[in-house]
Amino acid sequence: MLKIKAQVMDEENIRRALYRLSHEITERNKGTDDLILVGIRTRGVPLANRLAEFIREHEGVSLPVGMLDITFYRDDLSLISSQPVLHRTEIPVKINNKKIILIDDVLFTGRTVRAALDALMDLGRASCIQLGVLIDRGHRELPIRADYVGKNVPTSTREVVHVKLKESDGEDCVVISENDAPPDESL
Amino acid sequence: MAKLPKDLLGLRELNAEQIQLILDTATACKDIFSRDLKKVPTLRGKTVVTLFFEPSTRTRTSFEIAGKWMSADLVNLTVSSSSVAKGESFVDTARTLEAMGVDLIIIRHSLGGTPRLLADSVAAHVINAGDGAHEHPTQGLLDLYSIREKKGRIAGLNVVIVGDILHSRVAKSNIYGLTKLGAKVTVVAPPTLIPKGIGEFGVTIETDLDKALRDADVVNILRIQLERQTKAYFPTLREYSKLFGVNLSRLRQARPDLLVMHPGPANLGVEISEEVSVHDQSVITEQVTNGVAVRMALLYLLTGGGNKDEILH
Repeated sequence: MLKIKAQVMDEENIRRALYRLSHEITERNKGTDDLILVGIRTRGVPLANRLAEFIREHEGVSLPVGMLDITFYRDDLSLISSQPVLHRTEIPVKINNKKIILIDDVLFTGRTVRAALDALMDLGRASCIQLGVLIDRGHRELPIRADYVGKNVPTSTREVVHVKLKESDGEDCVVISENDAPPDESL
Repeated sequence: MAKLPKDLLGLRELNAEQIQLILDTATACKDIFSRDLKKVPTLRGKTVVTLFFEPSTRTRTSFEIAGKWMSADLVNLTVSSSSVAKGESFVDTARTLEAMGVDLIIIRHSLGGTPRLLADSVAAHVINAGDGAHEHPTQGLLDLYSIREKKGRIAGLNVVIVGDILHSRVAKSNIYGLTKLGAKVTVVAPPTLIPKGIGEFGVTIETDLDKALRDADVVNILRIQLERQTKAYFPTLREYSKLFGVNLSRLRQARPDLLVMHPGPANLGVEISEEVSVHDQSVITEQVTNGVAVRMALLYLLTGGGNKDEILH
């Protein structure tokens, strides 16, 4: 049973964080040349679109935005009861020699990002891949870190971080819930 | 959310939601075709056996490619060189395979119901790759997929199935799938090749092909199974071709967007003319491609079981 414990970001906090990230991305890459934003389905996609919109506002450049479905690359298929629904991966341009900014809502164990890296490697040879997340909640199980972080949120493993976005959930906020049940050690 | 049963034995036992899930999954699988590297690690560590008691080129190869692109380990069991030839019982063969850790068995057999017997005997998942004159669900699904891909929908379409309905497992799977998804199905054949009671499955029976084609959105042409024509179901192939063969003049009489399908292999000049088989309106080659996508979807959906539903970041 999940019980909401705290709201850590509201609509304005999310907007400011993404605005800052959009500047960090263009600053670190010295502009927008060869950049592609790729959102990990599902909530990484609207975040990537919003970042592209901010970059268009301050750089005057419309970056290509792709959608990456990582279901084919998950390492936990055998732990899933109802199969995750496969969606299409849609990246509008060839990724060879491009700089990919991979975007997701929450960075936790790192397994989603590992799967996304595998999926991108199979699509072509990008010149580099950087990672941007709205929330980094810690508890990494793999040696993965984000290049751009909206907010660091220290959590316990009993807690669940929910990023809600207008595009998919009708509102913008980040809440932490707590699970009353003992933590599942299988993952 | 829709979930498939343990085995895929026929489309008769699936509901519309389950069929849509397979078609939607196949859409994502088809994207792999356009990639330079046609391989994903999804089924790494899963073992799939094809057990074919009847000859087949496209179905078996299609399953094999689907499994290999998803990184499953595949074993082809050729029945003529297996212990079945020494008299080992069918169920014993299945249990032997299972004891070797097989996760999924794909079976084709000339006797209807054999996949069911296998599925009831083993814990591994079973896919029916054609059983007698009963069902050929993967062909039915790839036909549904091809129609949906080209027409954008299935509900409300007029689909004509012409040919040897009596012996055709493809026709039966098509009828179950199409009617469940809301298409209007008309079967056209000489009266001797229409099985008794077929009307109970919600299809219209017609013996005049020209009349049936007038309002058709899709025509699915079945192979005249020359190997099963031991009884005289119709006088001559020439007469059959004249009355029930789809040729250019018939195609010109039909709607300009009529979709022409054939599960293959075709008897050119009998049920379909060569010109029609390679016509712009024909999707026969694409059906073969779509067959791999649908079979990838089924391997994924059947073997991806477990106990958690949420992606953990």
